[in-house]
Amino acid sequence: MTQQAERYKYDIVVIGAGGAGLRAAVEAREAGLSVAIVCKSLFGKAHTVMAEGGAAASMGNVNEKDNWMVHFRDTMRGGKFLNHYRMAELHAKEAPDRIWELETWGALFDRTKEGKISQRNFGGHEYPRLAHVGDRTGLELIRTMQQRIVALQQRDGRDTGDTEKMIKVFAEVTITEILKENGKVAGAYGYRRENGQEIVFEAPAVVIATGGVGKTFKITSNSWEGTGDGHALALKAGANLVDMEFLQFHPTGMVWPLSVKGILVTESVRGEGGILTNNLGERFMFKYIPDVFKDKYADNEAEADRWYVDQDNNRRPPELLPRDEVARAINSEVKAGRGTEHGGVFLDVSKRLSAEVIKKRLPSMWHQFYELAGVDITKEAMEVGPTCHYVMGGVEVDPDSAAAVGVDGLFAAGEVAGGMHGSNRLGGNSLTDLLVFGRRAGMGAVEYVKSHGANPVSDATIEKAAAKIAAPFVSTGGENAYTLHTELQEVTHNLVGIIRTGAELSEAIVKIAELRKRSAHISVTGDRMFNPGFHLVFDLDNMLLVAESTAKSALAREESRGGHTRDDFPGMNSIWRQVNHISSFDGNQVNIKAQPLPVLPKELFDLFDVHELEKYMTPQEIAKGGSN
Amino acid sequence: MARTLKLRIWRGNDKDGGLQDVTVEANNGEVVLDIIHRVQATQMGDLAVRWNCKAGKCGSCSMEINGKPRLACMTQVSAYGEDEVITITPLRAFPVIKDLVTDVSFNYKKAMEVRAYEHPTDLAPGEARMQQVDVERSQEFRKCIECFLCQDTCHVIRDHEENKKSFAGPRFFIRIAELDMHPLDTLRNRKQSAQEEHGLGMCNITKCCTEVCPEHIRITDNAIIPMKERVVDVKYDPLRWLGSVIRKREGIL
Repeated sequence: MTQQAERYKYDIVVIGAGGAGLRAAVEAREAGLSVAIVCKSLFGKAHTVMAEGGAAASMGNVNEKDNWMVHFRDTMRGGKFLNHYRMAELHAKEAPDRIWELETWGALFDRTKEGKISQRNFGGHEYPRLAHVGDRTGLELIRTMQQRIVALQQRDGRDTGDTEKMIKVFAEVTITEILKENGKVAGAYGYRRENGQEIVFEAPAVVIATGGVGKTFKITSNSWEGTGDGHALALKAGANLVDMEFLQFHPTGMVWPLSVKGILVTESVRGEGGILTNNLGERFMFKYIPDVFKDKYADNEAEADRWYVDQDNNRRPPELLPRDEVARAINSEVKAGRGTEHGGVFLDVSKRLSAEVIKKRLPSMWHQFYELAGVDITKEAMEVGPTCHYVMGGVEVDPDSAAAVGVDGLFAAGEVAGGMHGSNRLGGNSLTDLLVFGRRAGMGAVEYVKSHGANPVSDATIEKAAAKIAAPFVSTGGENAYTLHTELQEVTHNLVGIIRTGAELSEAIVKIAELRKRSAHISVTGDRMFNPGFHLVFDLDNMLLVAESTAKSALAREESRGGHTRDDFPGMNSIWRQVNHISSFDGNQVNIKAQPLPVLPKELFDLFDVHELEKYMTPQEIAKGGSN
Repeated sequence: MARTLKLRIWRGNDKDGGLQDVTVEANNGEVVLDIIHRVQATQMGDLAVRWNCKAGKCGSCSMEINGKPRLACMTQVSAYGEDEVITITPLRAFPVIKDLVTDVSFNYKKAMEVRAYEHPTDLAPGEARMQQVDVERSQEFRKCIECFLCQDTCHVIRDHEENKKSFAGPRFFIRIAELDMHPLDTLRNRKQSAQEEHGLGMCNITKCCTEVCPEHIRITDNAIIPMKERVVDVKYDPLRWLGSVIRKREGIL
């Protein structure tokens, strides 16, 4: 340690300042506890800001037939019934309250004619369900949460004279380790990115809300922050990850120019009537409607087009199938040689909507294509292809309290938590996931702290954590972190990508292990002052662990389901539906074990038509009819 | 396809620094942030730059490119001539931390000084009814991605450190305007506080902020000028002044 670490005491430390982290912090503060919010970027820049389409909640403002049960069914179907039923249930029930609550904090959603919050159509959602603000819903959410934190700080300022007495934001700080004493969480260790100054947080409860893992992959819609930090911190602290093989490749990322490859093109383009065509001009999605969805999606253009004006008497257009289906379809078209010049397909909204309406409903998309690709989407088609967007897998948690299984005092919410979305997430379910489970993680942590009290950190624990931060400056191994990161992205892209095989996954596991060995010899140039090469050392370590977990889980699952497609096991298999893959870390490597998926209780089982469940479940499960 | 690009990048810290010449390859369609990343990965491993989304949505990669405040992720290399040297420097209005990274904490302090939204106490969650046309005025300002380019370019603080104490800057004038025009906010006197506490009067409407806004928010025309006009109305119209004294609770509407 070059200088003494800064030292702070809080009731709760929240790692991550996106929607989930901030919602957890609000809950903790409202319960009277002190909170540190730690984030890698500036306050208000978290990846939540990138969410475009909207936040799914069955408020029933546009179609009053909508309710939590319909939403629950859609979520389970989208996840191919691998979801933790209790998370999907809590989410569907509580999402409307979380959206209305945002309005009491100043959020301004788009409105219906009656003045209610407007809701839009999205893939996999039976009714118009997504509360939205044009195509910048994530920005509205993060800003509302950020401003709510400021409002609480202002209140503390008026009451105590110190705005940071109860909530303090530690921006541009990397957490390198969850600290434990006596087998329980005792705090977190990290350093300021600005100058390398080390920080000890002493807190009996830590909420991990660090988002996703996209930067493990070469083509991704995620920002640099998506390096799986929370996944890795949890693993190293003794928690488990569940179902890490399930990654969502969003069907529509930009494919050209090279520099913007992967940047998200919102699903709202399709929700608003955009159609997908190949280089023959063929609207190809009609060929890719899977059997399980045949009764819900139109098999001809005339009906699909009528759906936009009459949703009661027509089936939905197949462009609005869940994301995994659309991504695989695009992948197949391109592989068959029917792609565009730059390896994508065409997405066109210009023929259905006027230029004025496009600019109003999809302003960021218009802006993004015009400025970055020189394409005017009001006149011409976009070129799009799959991009790594979201990880369904994540920390194994108790649904009600968001407590991480296996580590007392650790909680996880948002993208970093697993279970909620099963094998595939529906668009729009992420933003409400953040709010519903962010709040629950806050509540869970509050309850834990109140019943357990402080758990002081020992000097020995601090010294060990500090040694890890000093290591890359001491090493003379000569490996370059940037090079290793690029190599890892090649491995995941080529061998653990959208279509997988057993042989390729085995090869990936070997290669990732080699990269991990080499990463022990990374040397850093420069000093601790805002040094990106130094920062990448820790991010890379996290990404290697996440990639290993994904590759091993993917090798174990011998079927294709949602965000996991095996070329050598192309079908969905009801036996595999009953299995979760649990990753744990023994200090040297990630180990995978199979664990039975919690069984749908009877009252939720009965919400479905039994013939639909027959497509997913074994005859024995159907005969049983739920768990009780 | 590829071209060779000549750059001058400012490197240094709060004590000293200067421009360094760099030659680097650039591909078709790349933006300045791509080039900076290539320099970082191949020539200057410790070159400091702040960025996040690389899609113009988070407002992190603010810097000055050939003297103009810009987002590096939204600045095409092809916008510059074949032989043109591109000069990249940190935001000038804020103290340098290292290389292209500045200390923007000024903005977070100012954010803390703007009184938060206050919801009507008798309006339960889910009961709000607002017309689209009424929310749109505030929605324009809520598009702000907090890149702080408007703050950087504003000459009231760009070269006048002494004004920072009493001047919130364009970013926070649109925040106040947003709350002022919010159909439900119940806190009164927002315009008056913009004038008296946040330095609205120091703005002399040169529209530099509007020009650099990557979200094309009409900061001056739609936020600053309407607030200034209303403040003047009330302050200098004797009848309104009298009215505002009598109806003290309501203040400026």
